Amino acid sequence: MKESTIMKIHYGTALASVGLVAVHILMRLTTGFSDSLSYENVLANYQSIPYVIMLELILILLAVHGFNGLRVILLELKQGRVYEKAVSYGCVVGMIVLIGYGSNTIIQTNMGMI
Amino acid sequence: MAQVSSIAEEQATTPLSASKSVLLRISRFNPETDESNKFMEFSVPYQKWTTVLEAILDVKKHFDHSVAVRYSCRQATCGSCGMLINGKPRLACFTKISELNSNVVTVEPMNNFPVIRDLAVKFERLFDTHQKIKPYLIRDDTELESDEKEFLQSPEELENFIQFANCIKCGLCNSACPTMTTDSSFVGPQALAQAYRYVADSRDKGKDSRLDIIDESHGIWRCHFAGSCSQVCPKGVDPAMGIQFLRGYLLGFRS
Repeated sequence: MKESTIMKIHYGTALASVGLVAVHILMRLTTGFSDSLSYENVLANYQSIPYVIMLELILILLAVHGFNGLRVILLELKQGRVYEKAVSYGCVVGMIVLIGYGSNTIIQTNMGMI
Repeated sequence: MAQVSSIAEEQATTPLSASKSVLLRISRFNPETDESNKFMEFSVPYQKWTTVLEAILDVKKHFDHSVAVRYSCRQATCGSCGMLINGKPRLACFTKISELNSNVVTVEPMNNFPVIRDLAVKFERLFDTHQKIKPYLIRDDTELESDEKEFLQSPEELENFIQFANCIKCGLCNSACPTMTTDSSFVGPQALAQAYRYVADSRDKGKDSRLDIIDESHGIWRCHFAGSCSQVCPKGVDPAMGIQFLRGYLLGFRS
């Protein structure tokens, strides 16, 4: 993939994350801030399908943006063919694992398994 | 006759400007024999028009001829005498000691360049990256083939890139760039500014090939926009602006 395509995704995920995280924080205002973070209320949030979709999107956007940012930082720290390939593939694997783990948590909570 | 006499009197009575002296600290380092650099100090007299290069050459002439320094034109045209002067990348021939407002002038080799000896550095990386971005007009026809007509440009088209054509390849921008320090594969502000110079030239048809060259993992996207390259350019080139314009092409904001 061209670096410009990766950076378009990087900037796009940053902008979209800001918007969705803002909505996510504003949702805390529907109840008192401390109440909204109580265990029962947090679990209850996962029963709303639109909210679950939003959380899943935030997870994907931040994972993609964060791991690409990490890749960029690591590429600047050190150079070398093997190292750069390891960093690039490592970041993709890390991103997939994080999204998988987070999605698993979201789905299990939504299905009442937690 | 009276007028000539008065001029002569005025010249005779004009006091010579007092010569002051400055402590010139020169970094000495030979990578073949030394583990680290050390500074040698010289007290050098200067006038208000004395440049740092002239002070260094004074040291070579009167104190230590073994000081290694690269220079040629002495008028900020050849780009040979770039060095760190009191910590900032500057051309030694274009920096007057009196402008520095300091009794101590420290000269060191430029950052981000391998040292040959003392103040002389290797330019291979700069020339390689400069060559990599194809610093020439790319098009199928030539001026000679098309009935010997010139490729005309309007003043507005010239204005798009003319400041970038002032680059003298002195390397000060690459020396000031923080990304060049950590990323040994980064193409650098000098080459990126020259890529923009040709991409913005209305006579050039090689935009896509040049954008492909800089659109890689150690290319244009590794610029953090610190802007130090533009701060130190002795010819008024603004590489940071050129880099942003190039990003505009790659992101689809410019065509």
